[in-house]
Amino acid sequence: MKYFCLLLALMLSPPVFAQTGLPPAPLADRQLDDPVKEAAARNLMEELRCLKCQSQSIADSNAPMAGDMRSKVRERIAAGETPEQVRDWLVDRYGAWVTYDPPVSAITWPLWIAPVILLILAIWLARGRFRRKKDNE
Amino acid sequence: MIAEAGLIALWLAAGLALLQLALGGIGLKAGRTDLLQAIRPVAVAQGGLVTLSFLLLIWLFLRSDMSVALVVKNSASVKPFLYKFAGTWGNHEGSMLLWVTVMGLAGAMIALFERNLKTATLVTTLAAQAFISLGFYAFLLISSNPFERMFPVPADGQGLNPLLQDPGLAFHPPTLYFGYVGLSVAFSFAVGAMITRDVGPAFARAMRPWVLGAWIFLTLGITAGSYWAYYELGWGGWWFWDPVENASLMPWLAATALLHSVTVLATRDGLRAWTVMLAVVAFSMSMIGTFLVRSGILTSVHAFAVDPERGSFILALLAIYIGGAMALFALRIGTVKEGSKFELVSREGALVANNLLLSAILGIVFIGTLYPLFVEAITDEKLSVGPPYFNLAAGPITLLLVAIMAAGPLLKWRRDNPKKLLNRLSIPILVTAAAVFLLVLLTTSMSVMSLLAMGLAAGIALASFAPLWKRNLRRTPMHVYGMVIAHFGIAVALVGMASESSFTEEKLVAAQPGTEIEINRWNLKFEAIEPLAGPNWTALEARISARYDGGETVEITPQNRMFASAQTQTSEAALLTRWNGQLYVVLGEGDSEGRWQIRTWWKPFVTLIWYGGILVALGGLLAVVGRLRRSRRQRLQREYAEVMV
Repeated sequence: MKYFCLLLALMLSPPVFAQTGLPPAPLADRQLDDPVKEAAARNLMEELRCLKCQSQSIADSNAPMAGDMRSKVRERIAAGETPEQVRDWLVDRYGAWVTYDPPVSAITWPLWIAPVILLILAIWLARGRFRRKKDNE
Repeated sequence: MIAEAGLIALWLAAGLALLQLALGGIGLKAGRTDLLQAIRPVAVAQGGLVTLSFLLLIWLFLRSDMSVALVVKNSASVKPFLYKFAGTWGNHEGSMLLWVTVMGLAGAMIALFERNLKTATLVTTLAAQAFISLGFYAFLLISSNPFERMFPVPADGQGLNPLLQDPGLAFHPPTLYFGYVGLSVAFSFAVGAMITRDVGPAFARAMRPWVLGAWIFLTLGITAGSYWAYYELGWGGWWFWDPVENASLMPWLAATALLHSVTVLATRDGLRAWTVMLAVVAFSMSMIGTFLVRSGILTSVHAFAVDPERGSFILALLAIYIGGAMALFALRIGTVKEGSKFELVSREGALVANNLLLSAILGIVFIGTLYPLFVEAITDEKLSVGPPYFNLAAGPITLLLVAIMAAGPLLKWRRDNPKKLLNRLSIPILVTAAAVFLLVLLTTSMSVMSLLAMGLAAGIALASFAPLWKRNLRRTPMHVYGMVIAHFGIAVALVGMASESSFTEEKLVAAQPGTEIEINRWNLKFEAIEPLAGPNWTALEARISARYDGGETVEITPQNRMFASAQTQTSEAALLTRWNGQLYVVLGEGDSEGRWQIRTWWKPFVTLIWYGGILVALGGLLAVVGRLRRSRRQRLQREYAEVMV
């Protein structure tokens, strides 16, 4: 019953995040019963930034807001959403800042092509070296 | 008076650094040998004075002299001795003074012990060293005076950040600084050799011990920092690709590349320009690391003071040093001949691959760390780049790199036969394949990357010992053992990383006294919760009895500490180490019904990550000792031969 009341309170107050004085969110530190879903939630939590902390994921933070976010993530995963849907929902609310996995966009594409360019550059440099040697012979 | 004496010593040291630079510059221009000879004693005196200044600052901290502003802000009279001592560098000013002290000591050591370099190159090296130090002296004396007095004198200090009150503080910052400064010495050598056009094997052999030394300290510093974060922050994370972590990783990557290319230059007289370039890059990375961490551009436990004036000062220093180094490189590199040639399948070829792949990883870490800052500066949009990006972008290249690491030491210099190489590697390849096969068969929770990492690690662990095959073990040089152990250490660390990320088990429980928790084969019983008082904190301590697999009962006591001076809380995790992993227990918040949040993890083989790091550093140590002994022996033989003639 108590658990139900909490859940009800949570649902009736949409902007619950980061409000102090409230009891901690129900699923902040309670694992889901389904180990597959818990693992999915856990993986996602490790990739979400705690917005009130200094460079910590919500999985690694004591901040009340991180607890609230963990609870939300577990709740949504338990309700059957995929981790990507939950992530998109959070990005919609908080912007790209919230995810450590930068979404591909007009701003982030240089990040994603950088490794490819670096590798091509490395191979080109190496090829240049060895070919020059043969030319000299 | 102590503070004033420290400040005077610092000014004198700065003056001597200026003299050191002038002696080198004028002496070389005018060809005055008397000036050149004076530079050694000046460098030694400079090192002595700056060390004195640093020791005086330590003394002020130990005495808790509350008339000094820095002590007031970062210390308190009731604080364990160790943290008064280590607290000296647990703040911005003190850590910069430590930087320049290590720099001065390194200069003094070069002046005292370097006997193999040409005089002109040595003098230029010491002058370059003085030039770098001068920037830091200016920084300290103009905008970060550690000896500033405070009036009126307060009754007590404000205390040290509780997260820093850990034995790790005594070890982690100094080791990293030794590493950074060692790279600055390598850089000074490169500048010296470029200016005097002396880039060759002799220069490489003089530089190598410094590169190796710096690399050993960086390895230890990163390993220690990783373990410290793992147990102190209370979440069991050992690497988060946090900008501050990356700031220490980038110089390490550059130093690793440099230490392999300097070997090619020393033994085969190849890769001259490339080695000099890497020395420049390695130093730039340690400067960028210092800038990122110290300027306050990243807020973290490391950014002691967020102060724009200091940030711009460090940025200016950074621009002068890196810009100057790059300009010198561009001007002089045309005169550096490439050196001797080699084929693709050869020891040199593998080392070139090592260098290029390490540079690619360095590039990825660099871009991933700085791009969000860049985007925020120009568009006001905030981005987070973290583990998913770095693991995906750098992971596969790392695996390729470690595969080449297994092959490299088995190749001959200059040219080798690819078929013979495959022959030599056949057993490690089979072991890798078998390991991957078994893991696919027996486990379910592994990602492709962890699977490959674990398989490769098995093969590499074997291949790393192959260079000793059929060798007379007693006559094998020490540096070969060093290489073997360092490469083996990488395999060990890889197993730890893959195992931790694949097999960690987690249990979160709201427990009352009497509650039992089962995790893996552990049985934990929450006995009681009790208050406790330490020297400058109070705590709540949970008593938990733990049994592994029905064995002996061990009591563990995770704590939640409250520090009075800072109004902050830290959690002290309880760790139980077994040969096959570590149990990690944290006490969280309590609720109104007398239940306590207890977080527990079982992390199989996690300790291998740090044992691997220690092995890598140990390998480096063997290499540097072996190399130094060998060069000393050779010098003695040479001198003996000269006497006989």
